Amino acid sequence: MSSPLTINPALVAGILRGFLAEETAKVGFGRVVVGLSGGVDSAVVCCLAAEALGPQQVLAVLLPYRTTDPASMRDALAVVERTGVRHRVVEITAQVDAYLAGVPEASPLRRGNKMARERMSVLYDLSLAEAALVVGTSNKTELLLGYGTLHGDMAHALNPLGDLYKTQVYELARTLAVPEPVLAKAPSADLWAGQSDEADLGFTYADADRILYHLVDERRRPAEVVALGLSPELVATVRERMRQNQYKRRLPLIAKLSRRTIDRDFRYPRDWGY
Amino acid sequence: MSQPVADPTLRVACVQFRPVLGDVAANLEATCDLLAAARAQGADLAVFPELSLTGYFLKDLVPEVAISLEGPEVERLRRAAGGLLALVGAVLETPDHRFHNAAILLGEGGVLQVHRKLYLPTYGLFDEQRDLAPGQRIQARTVRLPGRVPWRVGILICEDLWHPSAPYVLSRQGLDLLLCPSASPAQGVQGPDGPLGSAASYTAMTRTYAELFTTFLVYCNRVGYEDGVQFWGGSRVLGADGSLLAGPAPAEPLILTAAVDRGGLRRARIAYPLLRDERPAIVAAALGERGGELPTDD
Repeated sequence: MSSPLTINPALVAGILRGFLAEETAKVGFGRVVVGLSGGVDSAVVCCLAAEALGPQQVLAVLLPYRTTDPASMRDALAVVERTGVRHRVVEITAQVDAYLAGVPEASPLRRGNKMARERMSVLYDLSLAEAALVVGTSNKTELLLGYGTLHGDMAHALNPLGDLYKTQVYELARTLAVPEPVLAKAPSADLWAGQSDEADLGFTYADADRILYHLVDERRRPAEVVALGLSPELVATVRERMRQNQYKRRLPLIAKLSRRTIDRDFRYPRDWGY
Repeated sequence: MSQPVADPTLRVACVQFRPVLGDVAANLEATCDLLAAARAQGADLAVFPELSLTGYFLKDLVPEVAISLEGPEVERLRRAAGGLLALVGAVLETPDHRFHNAAILLGEGGVLQVHRKLYLPTYGLFDEQRDLAPGQRIQARTVRLPGRVPWRVGILICEDLWHPSAPYVLSRQGLDLLLCPSASPAQGVQGPDGPLGSAASYTAMTRTYAELFTTFLVYCNRVGYEDGVQFWGGSRVLGADGSLLAGPAPAEPLILTAAVDRGGLRRARIAYPLLRDERPAIVAAALGERGGELPTDD
């Protein structure tokens, strides 16, 4: 029996290509900017965008810091070559180090967040220069676990992957022009040498995705998820991470005063007029 | 002199439309152009999707896009339809300022029928009961085009189909042709070769209703994206035996046409005399005992 997370990749790719083409075109943009890390998420987004808009309409931006694994650059360039998209390399070491020199006590997490926000800052600058929308690469697992930097990699105009779990992104990647080394290596935020997502998180994506799928998509109660053969401690950990990080998935809270407050009782679709 | 024989066929067109969200003027223009295009393809009846004049995820736009039956938009549509029958989706405002998700059937030089959506989904990604008032009435009616046999037509909008009592009631009122405008969002991509979840549901429902109520059925779903949600198209025309006469259409703007023929309706009702054998008195008696209420704990 196949996993309940198994997707129909051709169906998903078709919906996502249409999403990228229509949601960019109807707001008057025909182009996108994507930060390309050498990992699977941004590789998938790059492939889909190249197919949806044409490779010349996609600018892939490689944003290495001095500790970035050279293999990441090599893999990112392989994606550029396979998809035929335009690309730029913008090194972020100078601006990140200029700031970090003043905060030598900064933890690896703070340093990683700073890098993620510098990358966002460059992507948004290029988005204006290019008249292109910033396309994000955060998947559903990361968003639910809060495993991303607010105003860093979580900042973008469109996100084609936000409703796919990490293991589903891999399923999709295997049907696209994603180079083999990108599929083979362990997922990493690459914020410092040797970093691994699964070591950081303390559990595997396979387990996290199963738990999240049953809690979120199937709306099973935690005890029902445990009854499927998952560890009670892990189910509790994943559920708590999801709860704690709800704030990252919402706009800032606005103190209510009037009878019509933005996003509470002033409710308009974003595609208003498009 | 012998009476000319009435034509037993009707050419129906599903206009898989992508409205601009909240822009009635732009959608009205496009609708008039598409009515002309449908006519050029030989259509007698053009079915547009749910809320085709406004778009679907309207939220606070509902009062801003509402029109009235007496307003200039309906008059414009009436003139554009000409001799064509046209079913168009709109937000209709009542004189006492309630807002309905409605489908307006234009033809014979005026408004023939208005169906106000009965079942407003308010769960999952849907929030219709927040902004809209439910319709109160199910009513099939006879439609007559010059030189054609008369047709009994019923209208149900999208979520109405998820309640089998709705097509059942239409069937008891006399139903040859069920028109189903829809704005069904794409959701459910599980299974390695699986169909889209929403498409699988509508495929099953439309086939079942066409076959069990022995009626032609036109399902017209919209296309395009709103706030990241795809509408998956898949418009189709089914025969009164549940067979597919046209479609399902791919998820892109297009006009899908098919001819429906009363001969097919007759053959289906001979092969499966379900309409003849139905026993509504049993239904009425069973529902009458409790008024259709669910059992309680007592």
